Amino acid sequence: MKYVDEFRNGHLAKRLAASIAREADTGRSYHVMEFCGGHTHAIFRYGVQDLMPANVQFVHGPGCPVCVLPMGRIDNAIELAERHGAIVCTYGDMMRVPASERKSLIKAKAAGADIRMVYSIRDAMRIARETPGREVVFFAIGFETTTPPSAVAIRDARAEGLKNFSVFCNHVLTPPAIQRIMETPDVSESRTIAIDGFLGPAHVSAVIGSQPYEPFAAAFGRPVVIAGFEPLDVMQAMLMVIRQLNEGRHEVENEYVRVVTREGNLKAQALVADVFEVRDTFEWRGLGDVPFSALRIREAFGDFDAERRFSIETRKVRDAKSCECPSILRGAKKPLDCKLFGTACTPESPIGSCMVSSEGACAAYWTYGRFRQGPQKEAAA
Amino acid sequence: MCLALPAEVVAISADNETAIVALGGVKKEISVALLEEIAVGDFVLVHVGFALHRLSPEEAARTLKMIEEAGEDPLEELSA
Repeated sequence: MKYVDEFRNGHLAKRLAASIAREADTGRSYHVMEFCGGHTHAIFRYGVQDLMPANVQFVHGPGCPVCVLPMGRIDNAIELAERHGAIVCTYGDMMRVPASERKSLIKAKAAGADIRMVYSIRDAMRIARETPGREVVFFAIGFETTTPPSAVAIRDARAEGLKNFSVFCNHVLTPPAIQRIMETPDVSESRTIAIDGFLGPAHVSAVIGSQPYEPFAAAFGRPVVIAGFEPLDVMQAMLMVIRQLNEGRHEVENEYVRVVTREGNLKAQALVADVFEVRDTFEWRGLGDVPFSALRIREAFGDFDAERRFSIETRKVRDAKSCECPSILRGAKKPLDCKLFGTACTPESPIGSCMVSSEGACAAYWTYGRFRQGPQKEAAA
Repeated sequence: MCLALPAEVVAISADNETAIVALGGVKKEISVALLEEIAVGDFVLVHVGFALHRLSPEEAARTLKMIEEAGEDPLEELSA
């Protein structure tokens, strides 16, 4: 595949690894958080961590929209199908995420609820057109990448008068979450996690541009390098972070210039601003209530807002006891620190959200078997 | 979740709202409502049925060159 294979070249990866080893100062360590689950996945799939010297460590961040959605919102989606009899459509990643009482969308579907996995919100609109007698709700999740498609769908649904279609909006924003990480006590006070710099989002930045991270980099004195999702992108961006740290700089740099500009996609931003407005606060698993970190549908498009149409109220639900997802999402713990990892919690039977999506840190550890090479901890677990 | 794949535009609808893209032999109709302008032969980043952004071939080549140069040892040839 063009623009993919070139960025997976093993020969170049080895040479980049040698440069990183040469340039990383052995007198210090480099803890760099990759915010996105897409990066986490690439790091494990291609064994990028193994190519780094011991003092260069990836810290896995919360950038997996499936992982950070609080359980109460999944309960809401199940209720839409079970109680209101709606056809609930959603992206495949959501289907297995645990809800309250160990339910999930896929279990509710098995029990008879009409829940459908779709590739695109456009498929949900098609289902609404084909079944005019039924309510069709799109359970919308995701960061700034899936938000513009939702905005186009809501705009088109209004133009078309697609009255049985609505969107249950759970879109969240990346910059407030990155900021929240730096403000959590783990990082800001007790310093249980050191984060020296960030690999910035790839496709989120394609939409919002690199500019929104500039105030963050300045305020917290941390370099941010926007990185593509291929292994060479991740390694090159890591090298750029290391160089900034060596030179005492903390700027926003962009490795992923083939897609990301400083301004981003202005047309997509304008559409999103037309349809959505920022919520005062939204709950994130692992980060708690984060101010101004999510979107809701504007009143002008209120007819297509499932929260208004079905008077949805969200309860706060506590995560499963012993599940370390919240700490793992903040980068404070690693999957191997969780007693449930690989015992009670596996991708086939997940307890925590980080084990569900392929971008969750636990699923990445499990799928690529890297924990098996680790210390003897597995045998003891 | 935020994964997106580069695909080549092979046809564009008359109203400029949708396009057919080709990705490793697979053809698919996607929405191009999020792009300002688009032409057949462009590579776009496809995400949940929408083109999110155009890819810049020049910038892609520049990044690859940068990666190649970053891998060169300025002092001596690395033998292994």
